[in-house]
Amino acid sequence: MRFPNHSWQTWIVLPFAGLLAFLFASMNGVPSAPPPYGTLSGGVAIALVLISTLAANYTSNRLLEAVFLFAGAHGAAFFLLAGIKGHEGTAGPAYYLLLASAWLLAWRCVTILSGRRATARPMSIALRLIIPAIFGAWILIIWEAVTRGAGIPFILLPPPSAIGARIANSLPILGSDVRQTIFKAVLIGYVVGNLAGFVVAILADRVPFLRRGLLPIGNMVSALPIIGVAPIMVMWFGFDWPSKAAVVIIMTFFPMLVNTVAGLAASGHMERDLMRTYASGYWPTLLKLRLPAAMPFIFNALKINSTLALIGAIVAEFFGTPVVGMGFRISTEVGRMNIDMVWAEIAVAALAGSVFYGVVALIERAVTFWHPSVRGG
Amino acid sequence: MTGNSPAVVSASKLDLTFQTNDGPVRALSNVDLTIGKGEFVSFIGPSGCGKTTLLRVIADLEKPTSGTISVNGMTPEQAREKRAYGYVFQAAALFPWRTIERNVALPLEIIGLSQAEQAERIKRTMELVNLSGFEKKYPWQLSGGMQQRASIARALAFDADLLLMDEPFGALDEIVRDHLNEQLLDLWGRTNKTICFVTHSIPEAVYLSTRIVVMSPRPGRVTDIIESTLPSKRPLDIRETPEFLAIAARVRDGLRAGHSYDD
Repeated sequence: MRFPNHSWQTWIVLPFAGLLAFLFASMNGVPSAPPPYGTLSGGVAIALVLISTLAANYTSNRLLEAVFLFAGAHGAAFFLLAGIKGHEGTAGPAYYLLLASAWLLAWRCVTILSGRRATARPMSIALRLIIPAIFGAWILIIWEAVTRGAGIPFILLPPPSAIGARIANSLPILGSDVRQTIFKAVLIGYVVGNLAGFVVAILADRVPFLRRGLLPIGNMVSALPIIGVAPIMVMWFGFDWPSKAAVVIIMTFFPMLVNTVAGLAASGHMERDLMRTYASGYWPTLLKLRLPAAMPFIFNALKINSTLALIGAIVAEFFGTPVVGMGFRISTEVGRMNIDMVWAEIAVAALAGSVFYGVVALIERAVTFWHPSVRGG
Repeated sequence: MTGNSPAVVSASKLDLTFQTNDGPVRALSNVDLTIGKGEFVSFIGPSGCGKTTLLRVIADLEKPTSGTISVNGMTPEQAREKRAYGYVFQAAALFPWRTIERNVALPLEIIGLSQAEQAERIKRTMELVNLSGFEKKYPWQLSGGMQQRASIARALAFDADLLLMDEPFGALDEIVRDHLNEQLLDLWGRTNKTICFVTHSIPEAVYLSTRIVVMSPRPGRVTDIIESTLPSKRPLDIRETPEFLAIAARVRDGLRAGHSYDD
């Protein structure tokens, strides 16, 4: 038997599938054997793995091979998950072998796709999206399969499908939490904190005593666990969002200050001498040379701060808040053992944080297009 | 009017000592020099002879420790404030976030010229350095030679009569360098500017200059000043004529005399 497209993943799948078929067949009529999954869906899943492995190995078209592997891996995963639902905690070795086989097929599929060099632009964009999507999907599939298969207590780790259902059923609550925490505390705190850090950096650059006095203290303060001031901010500014925005301002201020000061020193001697030969004053030199040269540093701070702001606002809500907000929801729902709601808030926070970071990174690419790390060379 | 003064640069008994961690370093010692209007003066010598330092003193980027120097009849600082000179550095030092055109416009923006006048000067200087058609490119999209030409255009854009050039072609290959030397001579002939040119290449110095200032290190001082007898029209193959070789030999002797080769 000769496989034109053999790879180590598919070589492992074949004995796995054989062993699995044996386990599945011997299960019938052996009452002590644990029912691995719904009998019909288990058979379909095994058949899918086998067929797609063989089909993928005998096709000469790489793209078709990837399609076979994709269909086999995800079809098997679908039937596997459909079968285990309602039989949590009953999975035997056959279940995990099947999961491992499907996962190996998906791995092979991603390997083939990663090796492809797309010529057309839509194709390359599609590849850039599909590969991480398959990767992410398998994290969720394995999470779902293991939590259900092993019957992990809901309170320790709920399966992603339960979290998804919770998100879908609590959109109004999640929406009001996002409004309270992200659109009020995070965004306002982020804008004010970054602006303040930037302005103080310019002042420190202009006024020598600030540079010598403030910056060493700034470096020291930035090393403190600033989240510890959250209860104090609640006492100063009350329970509503201003106290959370204050925590965000304090957290984002120092990274911006330190990075901007470093950025203002980043322009080269030759460029500064050049500005001197034009008898350029402080402000023209700042605007035309030093600030543009500082932009990579400033955007670094903006990116660091986008995640810091979210953490600051959520954790600050643990210390007192009106009955809305992501941090409030997490701290109360964990007390009520509604772990799926906690995970739902975490998922929403992760999504919001990624979008926030992504927007800042996109603006960075547009502003620092000239930097070697962006233009690539 | 100071501009009518025959001496563009005039230095006497110029001394400059840098205080470094390894003790004082005497970069310039007792330099006397007068440069007239329209001259092309090269400073040549081994590294550490103070040729770049001398150029930076003229440009008010360094202050002399003692001695006097005047540029256009003023102190170097006043001359700098009046934008009396354009300076071309060893590297092009173009701002990567500006197109070539905006880089050339940089000094014009700082001086505060109108948009119309900026556009007119950009067009003229880009033509002068043969870069027309590359206005919208970014510096990192051009070759090293083109970048250096753009930086010369930037130094010419605000029409200073004095051009200070610090090894501007040092990082370029021989072929590009020959080409740019030819273009520079042509430009000098057309604009009647005074040029001070730092180099460590003997053929480059002899080919370009009306006067060659030979310097030697430790401490940096002028050991010889050679008047060129070459005609003002200089094709590249003038470098094979006996006259050219005679001047080059004299420069080489001057360099050898000033350099003790004890290290």
